[in-house]
Amino acid sequence: MAAKKADESRIVVTGVGLTAPNGNNLAEFRQSLLDGKSGIQKINIRYMGELLAGVCHFDPLKYQKKKELRRGTRAGSIAIYCAQEAIADAKLDFACLDKSKIGIYLGITEHGTVETENEIYEIKQFDYDVKYWSHHHNPRVVANNPAGEVTLNLEITGPHYTLGAACAGGNIGLIQGLQMLLLNEVDLALSGGVSECTGSFGIFAGFKSEGALAFHPNPEKACRPFDKDRNGVVVSEGGCIFVLERLSDALKRGANIYGEIVGYAINSDATDFILPNAERQVECMKLALNKAGISPEGIDIINTHGTGTIEGDPVECQAIREVFGEHPHAYINNTKSFIGHTMGAAGALELAGNLPSFEDCIVHPTINLDHLDPKCPLNNLVINKPKKIDKVDYILNNSFGMLGINSVVIVKKSWHKAESILEIDDGGIYDQGAD
Amino acid sequence: MTKEQIRDTILEIIGQIIPDEDLSNLKGDVPLREQVELDSMDFLDIIMELRKRYGIEVPESDYTQLATLDGSVAYLDPRMRDL
Repeated sequence: MAAKKADESRIVVTGVGLTAPNGNNLAEFRQSLLDGKSGIQKINIRYMGELLAGVCHFDPLKYQKKKELRRGTRAGSIAIYCAQEAIADAKLDFACLDKSKIGIYLGITEHGTVETENEIYEIKQFDYDVKYWSHHHNPRVVANNPAGEVTLNLEITGPHYTLGAACAGGNIGLIQGLQMLLLNEVDLALSGGVSECTGSFGIFAGFKSEGALAFHPNPEKACRPFDKDRNGVVVSEGGCIFVLERLSDALKRGANIYGEIVGYAINSDATDFILPNAERQVECMKLALNKAGISPEGIDIINTHGTGTIEGDPVECQAIREVFGEHPHAYINNTKSFIGHTMGAAGALELAGNLPSFEDCIVHPTINLDHLDPKCPLNNLVINKPKKIDKVDYILNNSFGMLGINSVVIVKKSWHKAESILEIDDGGIYDQGAD
Repeated sequence: MTKEQIRDTILEIIGQIIPDEDLSNLKGDVPLREQVELDSMDFLDIIMELRKRYGIEVPESDYTQLATLDGSVAYLDPRMRDL
């Protein structure tokens, strides 16, 4: 076991702000995950026609003026919405906080693709004369844009930047915030990830060219990780930002605590641009478990990265079997099956969807799993219906990305909870009892 | 375009660029930036919109002539009256 840490060296989640294709706050999102409600819909993509995607339906004017919206980016708008919601959820006395001690760390898969495509499309009608290229282009496409827009909106003067980490970005934003708190660089971190990629035809076309873009006559059935009929990724937008604080600060102000980040790890495959590597994923999970000071049998829920690709899903299953094979009590789910792949937001958003399990001990399922692929056998995979289990003390969240970047975050239940955070109607639809 | 149409066009463009502002009581002879939140990037939006819509090029040395609504109408009148 790890040595007991001082409260100043323990980092907790005290606020959650999010927008997902099936919910615009944690309560809505969680309810959708328990109700089996997908957020995938048809969308018209430039040059490509009708495709499937996860689109968020939050009200951007809740926190931004029309001018800010016109000038900024969709990713910036998503980030502002999530940051504002997280701060409100954390019940911080924001006006009294030292804004120079707040850091913003957002994972992104990519940024600038949407804006660049839009500009090229715009100047096409002027025969590609670049004098029609927008003067807003550079501030829109700089990689720090989504985090920077949050500073402008909230007048935060502490550090802000994004972390380009492919589809592991959400977890890595979270890890960066934690590290900056531990280094005493900031007193409060707004950490997570965002993605606006549904605005880019190139992202869709790229997956299509790889033979990895999901299609299905029923949009809600399109994302089907571990199913033998899966046929690729559903591209989605989304965002999730957590308020992170030192436990000592959270206790001092009587904050509600969603959980404590006790383990994390990042490593690299160093083997392929796209194809994942089970051996490195195993190492990453073990590193995170080691940092948390627990063995695999300590984990109660594993949120899989599984995107629904033919090649990727079996690799993660193999890695999980290798780490947890002899300790088969962890329950396993998948959140992308509901919302598609929210790219830079995925790690953070999927973790958020699982956090209420600490309170209600219900594991949301992976949906659209009609015929389990024999290449994807997993113990205790929660299929199509939520499952009530005896206890949830630790959640492990996998998030992997292209160029072989792996990330794992482990969150522990907090015993310092002041009150019930969410009111969720479980509807009695879950499977009772652990088996 | 008549001068009145030019004025309406400018107001319509500005309204698109700063949609949160009330433009109904703008004084023609007072600099726009003293009456509404209009920064240099917004001003460049006006220049870009004139270029895109009407092919009008406003050289940087002439920007000051577009500081007020009246000044803008006077400057654009010879360039837009035949549109």
